[in-house]
Amino acid sequence: MGFEINGKTYETDEEGYLVNLAEWDEEAAKYLAKEEKVEMTESHWEVVNFLREYYNDYQIAPAVRVLTKAIGKKLGPEKGNSKYLYELFPYGPAKQACKIAGLPKPTGCI
Amino acid sequence: MLHIVNKSPLEKNALDSCLTHAQAGSTILLIEDGVYAVTKGNKVEPAMKKVMESCTVCALWPDLEARGMQDTVIDGVKQVDYNGFVDLVAENATVQSWL
Amino acid sequence: MTESTGGIDMDEDSSGTVKKFAFINRKAPYGTVYALESLEVVLISAAFDQDVSLMFIDDGVYQIKKGQGTKGIGMKNFSPTYRALEGYDIEKLYVEKESLEERGLTEADLLVDVEVLSRADMAALMEEQDVILSF
Repeated sequence: MGFEINGKTYETDEEGYLVNLAEWDEEAAKYLAKEEKVEMTESHWEVVNFLREYYNDYQIAPAVRVLTKAIGKKLGPEKGNSKYLYELFPYGPAKQACKIAGLPKPTGCI
Repeated sequence: MLHIVNKSPLEKNALDSCLTHAQAGSTILLIEDGVYAVTKGNKVEPAMKKVMESCTVCALWPDLEARGMQDTVIDGVKQVDYNGFVDLVAENATVQSWL
Repeated sequence: MTESTGGIDMDEDSSGTVKKFAFINRKAPYGTVYALESLEVVLISAAFDQDVSLMFIDDGVYQIKKGQGTKGIGMKNFSPTYRALEGYDIEKLYVEKESLEERGLTEADLLVDVEVLSRADMAALMEEQDVILSF
């Protein structure tokens, strides 16, 4: 499975997550967001970029509770709460934002 | 003869058995968790130093690096990459893997 | 697997009670899959809000050795993930002093903050647990 943008192909798993993290780029993120019916704003990018940085540091996609706490620490309490994050990503911030960020499905996501 | 050990010396007795069977002039290659045997301060360091008097001891560099042990290798151990691994197998008529 | 888990009680009566869980790590990373499997279960267990401890003994201490780089062996370097545990509120990491010494390692060689315990203290800590998961 996968998709193609401007001649570049991206492989995805059966749930639509990118198989190869290194293939991710902004174009892929925009496509994945569209699939998730998420309209990307600056606030969305902020979370997506935060997730990529988190993955780069720790080699895992964080559980939603951990993501919320870490965002609060870095971007402030007005953003580090589930209300804010669910408004941006209604079907689950960890799951949707991770998918858009090109990360695997979060470990401990139950 | 080439002896290959891929088990940690403090977890399995593969290295012990290898050391008691290896004849002078043999080559001992440590790979995977076996590379811990040639790191400084490991309990088996004296035994490794002793066998190095009569045998050539080699360790696979990528396995040392994976485990973060690349900077603590006992002096005199020959570090080889995958090509070196292949050369050792080709140079030796027989290979015993102490699995 | 009731033996290795010490019999986790999943009855409704027990929900809300916090138990002491210990993950006992005895294997080096990469050579076998135990270390990675343990880490994944630890991360999942964090969702249950239990009192979790990680114990590193024998070759398990190698899991948190600094400076791992796995490009050469083509496997994922999962050692940075141990540094994420704090964010999962898993902060009780214990390392056995004798195990470090037998491997020529010291606390300074480790990539996360840990408490170094003697073998005797480690044994006592095991006795205190409600559930032990062995890797």
